[in-house]
Amino acid sequence: MTVHNLYLFDRDGVCLHYSEWHRKKQAGIPKEEEYKLMYGMLFSIRSFVSKMSPVDMKDGFLAFQTSRYKLHYYETPTGVKVVMNTDLGVGPIRDVLHHIYSGLYVELVVKNPLCPLGQTVQSELFRSRLDAYVRSLPFFSARAG
Amino acid sequence: MSRQANRGTESKKMYWYLPFPLPSASLRLMSSELFTLTYGALVTQLCKDYENDEDVNKQLDKMGYNIGVRLIEDFLARSNVGRCHDFRETADVIAKVAFKMYLGITPSITNWSPAGDEFSLILENNPLVDFVELPDNHSSLIYSNLLCGVLRGALEMVQMAVDVKFVQDTLKGDGVTEIRMRFIKRIEDNLPAGEE
Repeated sequence: MTVHNLYLFDRDGVCLHYSEWHRKKQAGIPKEEEYKLMYGMLFSIRSFVSKMSPVDMKDGFLAFQTSRYKLHYYETPTGVKVVMNTDLGVGPIRDVLHHIYSGLYVELVVKNPLCPLGQTVQSELFRSRLDAYVRSLPFFSARAG
Repeated sequence: MSRQANRGTESKKMYWYLPFPLPSASLRLMSSELFTLTYGALVTQLCKDYENDEDVNKQLDKMGYNIGVRLIEDFLARSNVGRCHDFRETADVIAKVAFKMYLGITPSITNWSPAGDEFSLILENNPLVDFVELPDNHSSLIYSNLLCGVLRGALEMVQMAVDVKFVQDTLKGDGVTEIRMRFIKRIEDNLPAGEE
């Protein structure tokens, strides 16, 4: 099991943070373009899923998977979106994504008054804590790919 | 307190960075008096910096707004409250969870408008005004206006545009403090420009 990469978006679609661990193949487009495509896809899938829902939707879109990877999605009522790509062996990780939001983003970025919101996170502390947290996850394995 | 006040005049900016009190969990031990006095020092400084009360009210609202847009994230991270289904639920969450969490009080919710888009929060005691008496020359100062800004900013981040104002204030001789909240509209999220 392994973690490929992670995106953090705000409510306006700004990519606040991106990091990757075991990503062997790149998309072949500029990163900015990739963030936009990713956000656009999430935005569409979100509204589509809620339109098509046959019953009242609660949390909405949670994850999708292909034959090779799985995309996990977590969104707060304020529109902060945490997206993590892992391989197929990883089960539901809502609590992990929630922790990235509440324990790392809110604690180290939102509560730091000198950290401006709505733009790429510059905080070195946030980056290193996030990296350490992801590396400590039970399904993070250095040798898998 | 004199030291606080001195520092305030050296760098007024500092006030923007004072932490909003979080009497929950880890910070439960913070003295509420220190908070009340700090808020008082802030309002006092604003009164010195601005000529008339309307400008001070406006600044307080603006500062509250800036606190609110960040505080909502902390609130969601801490409380595990999900999206509200209607304005009544929102009112409940504000009064019973948010006020309790941040100010240690639970206002009562009353005076619903027939359409259900307007209600009042009645604050039996407002911790911000513990030591305050309004002098005659500040009769139109809305001392606790920061709270309106906080509520407005926080709700805007969860896609609700609201109008918040004080309609009664114990500082002005009313029996209770009453904050009136009116729902304006849902803010729909739009796809950022330049994307299809």
